[in-house]
Amino acid sequence: MIIWFQKFFERNGVVLSLYMLIVTFIWIVVMFVLPQIFMFDFSFRFNWTQIDPSKIGGPEDIYTLQHYKFLLFGSPNNPDPFNIVDVSVFARTILAAVFVTLFDVILCYPVAYYLAHVAKGGVTRLMMLSLVVPFWINELLRAFAFRILFGEEGTINNILLFLGILNQPIDFVRENIALYTGLGYAYILLMIFPIYNAVESLDRNQIEAARDLGSPWWRIHWRVVIPYAKPGITSGCTMVFMLSAGALALPQIIGGPSSLWFTQIIYQWFNTGSNWPRGSAYAVSLLVICVIFVLLIMKIFKVKFGEIGR
Amino acid sequence: MSADVTLENITVKFDEFTAVKNADITIKGGEFFSFLGPSGCGKTTLLRAISGFQEPSEGLVRIGGKDMTGIGPNKRPTALIFQNLALFPLMTVWENIAFSLEVKGVSKAERMKRADELLELVALPGQGGKMVNELSGGQRQRVAVARALAAEPEVLLLDEPLSALDLKLRQHMRTELREIQQRAGITFIYITHDQGEALTMSDRIAVMREGLIEQVGEGTIVYDNPATAFVASFVGENNAFHGTVTKVISSKVVVNTDSCELEAYLAEGSKLSVGDKAIVFARPEAISFVKRKNSAKNVINTEVVHQEFEGHFWHLILKGPKGMKIKMSQINDGSTQVYDEGTKIQVQIDPKQAIALAIGPLAAE
Repeated sequence: MIIWFQKFFERNGVVLSLYMLIVTFIWIVVMFVLPQIFMFDFSFRFNWTQIDPSKIGGPEDIYTLQHYKFLLFGSPNNPDPFNIVDVSVFARTILAAVFVTLFDVILCYPVAYYLAHVAKGGVTRLMMLSLVVPFWINELLRAFAFRILFGEEGTINNILLFLGILNQPIDFVRENIALYTGLGYAYILLMIFPIYNAVESLDRNQIEAARDLGSPWWRIHWRVVIPYAKPGITSGCTMVFMLSAGALALPQIIGGPSSLWFTQIIYQWFNTGSNWPRGSAYAVSLLVICVIFVLLIMKIFKVKFGEIGR
Repeated sequence: MSADVTLENITVKFDEFTAVKNADITIKGGEFFSFLGPSGCGKTTLLRAISGFQEPSEGLVRIGGKDMTGIGPNKRPTALIFQNLALFPLMTVWENIAFSLEVKGVSKAERMKRADELLELVALPGQGGKMVNELSGGQRQRVAVARALAAEPEVLLLDEPLSALDLKLRQHMRTELREIQQRAGITFIYITHDQGEALTMSDRIAVMREGLIEQVGEGTIVYDNPATAFVASFVGENNAFHGTVTKVISSKVVVNTDSCELEAYLAEGSKLSVGDKAIVFARPEAISFVKRKNSAKNVINTEVVHQEFEGHFWHLILKGPKGMKIKMSQINDGSTQVYDEGTKIQVQIDPKQAIALAIGPLAAE
């Protein structure tokens, strides 16, 4: 380890080495590991701040599993076998995030492939620009604009009614269609670019070789391009899934009134509930389940963790 | 099964640039045919036109008499071996070889059996379970050949597949490819810039320059009776003496170069008359020391610049009158003398091995 540092300093000089080490330390330890450790620690404590602040650090400030129990079973006088509201919201959030992720893969893979291997020069640049420019607009503005688009009196309903496809307007917001579309839309770039990166380095000859050997286009993708792009696809899926499951603003603004997103419950505990330990426990649970879910998917699709960094 | 390939007046244009001009050739079924030329001469474009990746701007390709216009590469009875082989890195050797069978919906057991047979054919038995990156360069080569043959093509197209190998292996693979071709009994169309490959393997060679086919013929004909100055200078090594024709006696011509008179024979089918600009080509091995001074024709006074040893040959780089460079090669029979730089020697070109051709572009050195 010491030798490694010595070599690192020799290779890069003192200034650059120190800069890289400090920046990396801040990035990983200060900004990421420490706050998560605090959160993790918090999730196992009683909410003394609200009950009796003088007890903090005292003999009664011990670790507890009550917040995790609460997530699973609700309050002690809950007649149900488990905490139906929170657990079902949790499950629905994960499921919806999976759905958004799948939707994005199906939407983005062809675009990424087209950008990497079909489009030429000017068209590529134009496509890249048209992908990036919409994201200059602030997220909140986009979210509210989606309400206009998907509202009961919104543009889409009006067009469908005008064309006679619908007799009655559909409440896209209530049906969560607006939310899923909004989430899918919000993370499109995070799906396209990793896939594009992965696919771009594929040797064109491989595609031509498969074609020359008689393969129809779909089999070329199935057997040659997609296996090659797998690390990129996994990387994109991981990001989109994690961010969808952890989204807050979009569910607040364009989510249906009756269906909560799990992050909204977390937010309520931190904010209106003034119960940071419980909020932490909920947040940690979401994180852990999401990570396990992602690792499981990677295992199923045989992607190694290191490949994602490619 | 092997099919003949007919190129009917093919021209391929990319915007302003014409990559292939009026290529018109019939390649016989079962033939080992090479397109030989420097990079950028259009040989790869022509190959892509045959395989279906490039539609010709004019003319058409027939394979087994059938017009291939509008038929995609996946529907043609051809298989292409790419310059970088383009093996699928994420598949095993078996899967690579059996890919075309998988496409056809052949059962897995049958696919494995066929792949094993092909591995046998390319002398790689028992290597099916490996990944491509576990193989050596030569082994990958064979897998690429096996993968192409698995598709049961009538015509196998090879785009400089040996260029990445080292010399020994390359020479070995030449023999190997030739043998595989004979065993498989199908038409091979081979693209190369390496005249050694073309000469050793092919039944016939087409020499290309800037999109044009300069000459088609057997290796010995292309080498011994080049049709143009380009072919003479590109295929094998050659000394070129520029001059003007002063005499024509049936098939013999005398060309007056700035420094000497050279007698040479006239290339078959070419016409030169007195006063024409011409080039006399003489191979390094057609140049020898002058033995009896008086009777000798085509004698040149030279000075040794440099001597090279290449094992089976000694090469002498000589400077003729007015600084012209001459290369002379002698078989190493163990008695070769070592010459110092500046030694004056007289050399002679055998008129029977000197060929006169009309002036034209030469191959870049």
